[in-house]
Amino acid sequence: MPLWGLAAWSPYKKMEIFLEHIVLIAVLTLTGLAILFGAILGAASVKFKVEGDPLVEQIDTLLPQTQCGQCGYPGCKPYATAIADGKADINRCPPGGHATIQSLADLLGVEVKPLDAEHGVEAEVKTVAYIREDECIGCTKCIQACPVDAILGAAKLMHTVVVSECTGCDLCVEPCPVDCIDMLPVEQPLSEWSWNLPPSTREVLGNMKAGDLIGSDRSDSSSGKGDRAA
Amino acid sequence: MTELFTILIGTVLVNNFVLVQFLGLCPFMGVSTKLESAIGMSAATTFVLTLASVCSYLVNAYVLEPFNLEFLRTISFILVIATVVSFSKMYIEKTSPVLYRVLGIYIPLITTNCAVLGVALLNVTKSHNFFQSGLYGFGAGVGFSLVLILFAAMRERITVADTPAPFRGAAIGMITAGLMSLAFMGFGGLVAL
Repeated sequence: MPLWGLAAWSPYKKMEIFLEHIVLIAVLTLTGLAILFGAILGAASVKFKVEGDPLVEQIDTLLPQTQCGQCGYPGCKPYATAIADGKADINRCPPGGHATIQSLADLLGVEVKPLDAEHGVEAEVKTVAYIREDECIGCTKCIQACPVDAILGAAKLMHTVVVSECTGCDLCVEPCPVDCIDMLPVEQPLSEWSWNLPPSTREVLGNMKAGDLIGSDRSDSSSGKGDRAA
Repeated sequence: MTELFTILIGTVLVNNFVLVQFLGLCPFMGVSTKLESAIGMSAATTFVLTLASVCSYLVNAYVLEPFNLEFLRTISFILVIATVVSFSKMYIEKTSPVLYRVLGIYIPLITTNCAVLGVALLNVTKSHNFFQSGLYGFGAGVGFSLVLILFAAMRERITVADTPAPFRGAAIGMITAGLMSLAFMGFGGLVAL
């Protein structure tokens, strides 16, 4: 196998064999190393596979998923990431209100805080958006604003809201040029009505002060204590 | 024992990789504007330097030298370093999410840190054995961390100081680095290597 056409001269022939030999070994060695390292990395990527951040997932499930952005983050998942990184406080979610702050505090082992007024106030009742359809000019601005795609419609045609999808986040009210969107309280049909649930044990214990034995003793704790002492 | 101590002092102070041998200057200027990130970068680099120098020693001693392939050192060491960096990134991400949050974004940057390749090649030049190689890498990492953290602390103060306008930003950083390098030259002769 002449490499440079100098095979006839024996000193070059020797050198040629030597060169072919060492080049072959070099190529094989490097290929071997590359395959070995590739296999190690491939095995490692399977073995050390990380499916998202478990803490972020847990926080995300506690948030109300309104995607309203009132916390200052573009959605619930980014806010959950920010909480997990310690960049955001837990009291920035008005749609979730006190119940969300309570459950986040339980999960993260931090103090319960009142809702941060800077990011909005907790709504008294659940509301949904309602578009007065005869006033709607079909500008599609509310459709672009809706974080959960609850508004149907097309350009120059009237829009309407899918009530079951609407999270009541208010984000569509501001962009509407003709102010035809109202936030109406959700009317609860008789078939779905129920008594308000009693507060959970954890919430009651969380609100207890020193000296209280159980939550229901709070109103008459002075007389109750005397009785127990006697 | 004395010899190992000499290697450590020699790499950390006397032949400091950044200020005396001028290796790894990119992260030294780039990641030193905030003390917090400088500490993260230092920890990640020390970890990778130690591991990479040990692994490069193994590849050199058990693969390249038996086949007389010393001329492939540079390319195979780059391969080793890239592998070590990716592997440690995956390992840290899985085992310690907290540490990953601190070091995470700095780990891939280390692949291109020339100090890592420098340590691996210098280990061969100085014909270090296995433990000496590991110690040399660790010492290089400690030295890198020392000057990076010192420099970051100084730059944090310099940004709030009343610097003349032409010197603001990177310019005063370069001058500070030069003065630090001069100061580190003062360690020369402490250990004869």
